[in-house]
Amino acid sequence: MTSDLDIFVGNTTLIDEEVYQLWLDGHSVAEAVARRLRGGVLERAGTSVAVLQSDTRDHYRTFQMLERLLHAPPRLLQQLLFQIPPSRQAMLVQRYYAFEESFARELLGKKLSKGTKKDLDEISARTGVSIKSCRRQFDNFKRVFKAVEELRGPLADNIQQLFLLPPPLARDYAAVVFFANSRFETGKRRLQFLTFGDFAACAQHMMLHWTQGALAPEAAEPDGDVPKSFLQDLKELKVLVADKDLLDLHKSLVCTALRGKISVYNEMEANFKPLSRALVNVGGKLTHARDVRDFFVDLVEKVIEPCRSDKWSPADLRLFLGHYTAAPRALPAFRHQALWERYMAVITACLLRMYHD
Amino acid sequence: MPGKLKVKIVAGRHLPVMDRASDLTDAFVEVKFGNTTFKTDVYPKSLNPQWNSEWFKFEVDDEELQDEPLQITVLDHDTYSANDAIGKVYIDIDPLLYSEAATVISGWFPIYDTIHGIRGEINVVVKVDLFNDLNRFRQSSCGVKFFCTTSIPKCYRAVIIHGFVEELVVNEDPEYQWIDRIRTPRASNEARQRLISLMSGELQRKIGLKVLEMRGNAVVGYLQCFDLEGESGLVVRAIGTACTLDKLSNTSAFLPACNSPSKEMKEIPFNEDPNPNTHSSGPSTPLKNQTYSFSPSKSYSRQSSSSDTDLSLTPKTAPSPQGPRIFLFPSSPTLSCDSPHLKKSCLLLSGSSLNPLHSSHVSPVVLRKSVSFTEELLLAASGMGSGSAGKEGGPFKTLLRQQTQSALEQREFPFFTLTTFPPGFLVHVGGVVSARSVKLLDRIHNPDEPETRDAWWAEIRQEIKSHAKALGCHAVVGYSESTSICEEVCILSASGTAAVLNPRFLQDGTMEGCLEQRIEEASPPGCGFCHIPYDELNMPFPAHLTYCYNCRKQKVPDVLFTTIDLPVEAIVIGKGCLIQARLCRLKKKAQAEANATSISNLLPFMEYEVHTQLMNKLKLRGMNALFGLRIQITVGENMLMGLASATGVYLAALPTPGGIQIAGKTPNDGTYEQHISHMQKKINDTIAKNKELYEINPPELPEEIIGSPIPEPRQRSRLLRSQSESSDEVTELDLSHGKKDAFVLEIDDTDAMEDVHSLLTDVPPPSGFYSCNTEIMPGINNWTPEIQMFTAVRVSRLSNINLTNQTLNKNFNDLCENLLKSLYFKLRSMVPCCLCHVNFTVALPEDELVQIAVTAVAITFDKNQALQANKAPTEKSQQRASTDNEDQLQFPLELCSDPLASQPFPPAKAASLDKASPLAEGYLRHRSVPSCTNSTVSVVKMTPLSFLPGAKITKYLGIINMFFIRETTSLREEGGVSGFLHAFIAEVFAMVRAHVAALGGNAVVSYIMKQCVFMENPNKNQAQCLINVSGDAVIFVRESELEMLPVQPSTVVSQPTSSGGDVTT
Repeated sequence: MTSDLDIFVGNTTLIDEEVYQLWLDGHSVAEAVARRLRGGVLERAGTSVAVLQSDTRDHYRTFQMLERLLHAPPRLLQQLLFQIPPSRQAMLVQRYYAFEESFARELLGKKLSKGTKKDLDEISARTGVSIKSCRRQFDNFKRVFKAVEELRGPLADNIQQLFLLPPPLARDYAAVVFFANSRFETGKRRLQFLTFGDFAACAQHMMLHWTQGALAPEAAEPDGDVPKSFLQDLKELKVLVADKDLLDLHKSLVCTALRGKISVYNEMEANFKPLSRALVNVGGKLTHARDVRDFFVDLVEKVIEPCRSDKWSPADLRLFLGHYTAAPRALPAFRHQALWERYMAVITACLLRMYHD
Repeated sequence: MPGKLKVKIVAGRHLPVMDRASDLTDAFVEVKFGNTTFKTDVYPKSLNPQWNSEWFKFEVDDEELQDEPLQITVLDHDTYSANDAIGKVYIDIDPLLYSEAATVISGWFPIYDTIHGIRGEINVVVKVDLFNDLNRFRQSSCGVKFFCTTSIPKCYRAVIIHGFVEELVVNEDPEYQWIDRIRTPRASNEARQRLISLMSGELQRKIGLKVLEMRGNAVVGYLQCFDLEGESGLVVRAIGTACTLDKLSNTSAFLPACNSPSKEMKEIPFNEDPNPNTHSSGPSTPLKNQTYSFSPSKSYSRQSSSSDTDLSLTPKTAPSPQGPRIFLFPSSPTLSCDSPHLKKSCLLLSGSSLNPLHSSHVSPVVLRKSVSFTEELLLAASGMGSGSAGKEGGPFKTLLRQQTQSALEQREFPFFTLTTFPPGFLVHVGGVVSARSVKLLDRIHNPDEPETRDAWWAEIRQEIKSHAKALGCHAVVGYSESTSICEEVCILSASGTAAVLNPRFLQDGTMEGCLEQRIEEASPPGCGFCHIPYDELNMPFPAHLTYCYNCRKQKVPDVLFTTIDLPVEAIVIGKGCLIQARLCRLKKKAQAEANATSISNLLPFMEYEVHTQLMNKLKLRGMNALFGLRIQITVGENMLMGLASATGVYLAALPTPGGIQIAGKTPNDGTYEQHISHMQKKINDTIAKNKELYEINPPELPEEIIGSPIPEPRQRSRLLRSQSESSDEVTELDLSHGKKDAFVLEIDDTDAMEDVHSLLTDVPPPSGFYSCNTEIMPGINNWTPEIQMFTAVRVSRLSNINLTNQTLNKNFNDLCENLLKSLYFKLRSMVPCCLCHVNFTVALPEDELVQIAVTAVAITFDKNQALQANKAPTEKSQQRASTDNEDQLQFPLELCSDPLASQPFPPAKAASLDKASPLAEGYLRHRSVPSCTNSTVSVVKMTPLSFLPGAKITKYLGIINMFFIRETTSLREEGGVSGFLHAFIAEVFAMVRAHVAALGGNAVVSYIMKQCVFMENPNKNQAQCLINVSGDAVIFVRESELEMLPVQPSTVVSQPTSSGGDVTT
């Protein structure tokens, strides 16, 4: 006696969080049943495998029907088809949009295109995240990207509003969108030590200090881009390394301030000029899309790696960057103080975040 | 021209993309009522159009208002081709037609398409201006309130309960009317939906007219059903109980706004005499002398049981052309030898039916066959017996009867569809009465004269009436009717509970009368209804009687079967449980008469077996009474299925049930004996376990107080026999259950062995779960407010190899058990909880397919209090009664229909919700979690019960009665049959909720899915489903809020309960 049709519909939609997670993780019904069996649900509830199968299928069907609504969370709140308490709705959305950081790390800076989607099975193999789950996460990124692409105002706020995500998750999505937009290179071997969290933090600092939305929410340009005018202005900072006098003065100011305060004083003094050149030039190159891609590569190659080989401690780096940023105030010939500080705020934050093994 | 209907189309949202090129839609709306249609402007290029239309006004008759649904169609404008329909919304405007219900319908409705399902939503506002009309010839019945609830609705008081109203209308089914069978699915489905909507409107209006004629103002327990008779047509029929209800806040009886046409009144059944004392049946009235003998005619006395046909109770007053009736005495020894006779009579019958028995003036629809089977066996089981009228109660009883009789005599059918009654209404309960009849369907030739169908039902009702009489009862309560159709064969069934009622409630509900009655009441309230209503010496069937274990004055049967809910005042020991009997019988495929004959031949055996199973399972649980009994017999192509559900309880007034005794046929065989004793042990263990599980610990009563059982001539049957200690045979058997009467199962072949095995396969629900099919679970009275209503549907394919009755039975049994198991698993997070009102429906859609649909509600309760409450159940119930009285001093009448709500949730318990129950706490907490944004969707609760735990219903907004068809031609793409039906049922729930919310309500009570007809054709990738649901839209307020409101209103604001969100629309 086989059951052709077997359904259960509650006035309040029943949602089993465990099964939801199994579904999100991309398990088939059979796999989910096997996992639930291993989880010991049979012993606890004293039931049969057939019941478990029927229950799992029911939940999967519900989730499949809900998926359409999850693509536009505000609709989930307005729809009449499923009666779900608000807290459960929030849970559904949050879990659906949650992503594996290892997966997101792989995808950072890649174009969210069909081509990338075709390569997902490679990423799946590398990260151990199931292909179905990868696809869902990729589609989520793409959907969020498309939705906020043209919008004004702070990216994270827009995402939070359109997708009803909790603020931290919305900020992570904003970072993903920002990376997809700017196409920073993150895949190089020397960048492998950086986590998704590192990049997300950097992106958040960039959005906070550099983008249009950060300065004037009503601005004309979408938030995903760093404004061209700002990047153009960054070229002005080159004077700090191009002008020999300024460079020397800058060095002496920093050295005076740091003498006796950091353990790697000698190394710092010896390397000041290349370091300063690297720090300033990273910004100067940002006007060209090709060079933008190298932003993180440059920072690692020209700042982090030299410091690391000289055994700077993070505290040393923090102290150095603090004084390095502050010193130009005392340079009478330097007229781009505000621009410099806005630029260095991000560079400092990024470097400090990235300075680990 | 007494009404003006006004409609405004506000906006749409989430419309589907109709123009692939632009990914947008150019939507406009057609609003149609009767023959008038209005259109909105086209709102171009939007999926969220804002029409903000003017008020469309329809000036219509109130008759039209009652019959017609408002039809709203959303379309996509197309310049070059025909406009595409997006979907429709049908709005029943009936709730706007009575003064106390809703005043406006306003809200978001799902736009529904029979092919695509829900496609976006539309915001509509509907109002009605009614002008008073004094035209006495009018055909409308505006103002009569309808309730699905089968008890007096919570915020009303019953002034008079008038009685049975019924009506049916017939029509051709549009599905079968397409020329050349070219059927466009959408057109056909919409035609059917519209037609059924029209027909139910008409039906309701006609019933309303009957109610006005009876001078009532409401119909309670309204049950409307559809019979899809295929090519022979479509029948919509309804039954209900006419009442005069009075809103609890006002004192004067509410009279319908429109006067009834007095001209048509043939008699005034109940004069509203201001002095009710003249009617009083007190022993002092002169009426005393006119002793009215109610003993049933001699022909059906016990002694004549050898002759089955003697029991024929064909009423002399209605000499309708009926075939000979076949009665069956299940427990009579003549059963087996009867069967040839049975067959013969059937053959005779079908022979005679070929003759033009019915005179030529009768409609061309020839009643080809009418075989009825009565369920005497249920009566037998209900153990009525002698005894009754104890010496003291005698004259009073007779008087009571006489008076009630006179009140009821004027009615054609003294039936009541109610299952719960005001205290004191139910005097005695006789037992279950039921009747079935097999009919051959023929095309309905003249839809305006539904005489044939009317005659069929009239026949069955007569039978029910006469059965009730045989039980010494003048009324039938908990009455319901149903059909099962397969091809051209139709089984009509009716069942109810024979009862003796208190005449006061039927005539005049004034306060004095009621109080007086309560004083006069001879039997104590806790057990009175158990006392037998019939004559001890002229028992209609064999049974043994004892003196009531509660009052010890009157006689009670050993078991009691009823179709009603457990009376509030009943004293119950322990908890109740769901008991089901399941049965399949194969039958040969046959055509027309031959088919009908074979079905009617099978029916008696099925009834008998179902009954046996129920009895055995009841004993196995150590219980002695069944409530809410519903036996459904379903007919298919090649089999019949029987499913009986009831709630078993232990009534303190009835004797302790004996155990089950197994007796082997071949006592010489050693291993066989061993096997038997092994089984016996298992059975005994099960009984002991069940007694513990359901907390059945009746107080031990000294033998002398109870008195010895009345000696009875022993009845023996092939399968079971009743036995009492006075019998000589007792000594032969090891009566392991003390001296109590034991039930003997004789195992004479493998079939019987199977039966015993199947008895033991019923697994009790997992710990923390209880289940019942009645409104309330006896023994649990501390519900917490969390409820979950659900519908589960399963369709299983029976393998067609080696189909035998045994394998079928086993398969069917497994199917039901597995379904229950899966429900328990699904709802495990709600433990401790009780599944209430578990309602199974079986259908046989195709040859080897069995479809089971279950609707029920899971309600959580507080376990700690339950345990305490059960320690002294008897004490409790008395206490309970007294607190009830105190609580309701403002309604000393107790006719106030609130016994249920007040009883399961006494205020003290409700208050404890705030802290004591972790579940309630959790509930509150999770509700208080701030939602991400302001949700605009209001929560609508649904329940098949007539109440909401922990809440008070403050207003009834009107009846919800909806019929939907859904069809697909892309079954696989929609997730197969499961995906298709899952989505459809979710859509039906959504549409019900939307309509309730638009009426301003926050819950549906007495919700029922009356029909779920599912058909599939996987080869063509097609499926179709029809669903019919109904219920009462209400507004409820949480009890916790009610208490808090007057004390400190500020806390209400901070109270994070759901109700804030619930109430707002």
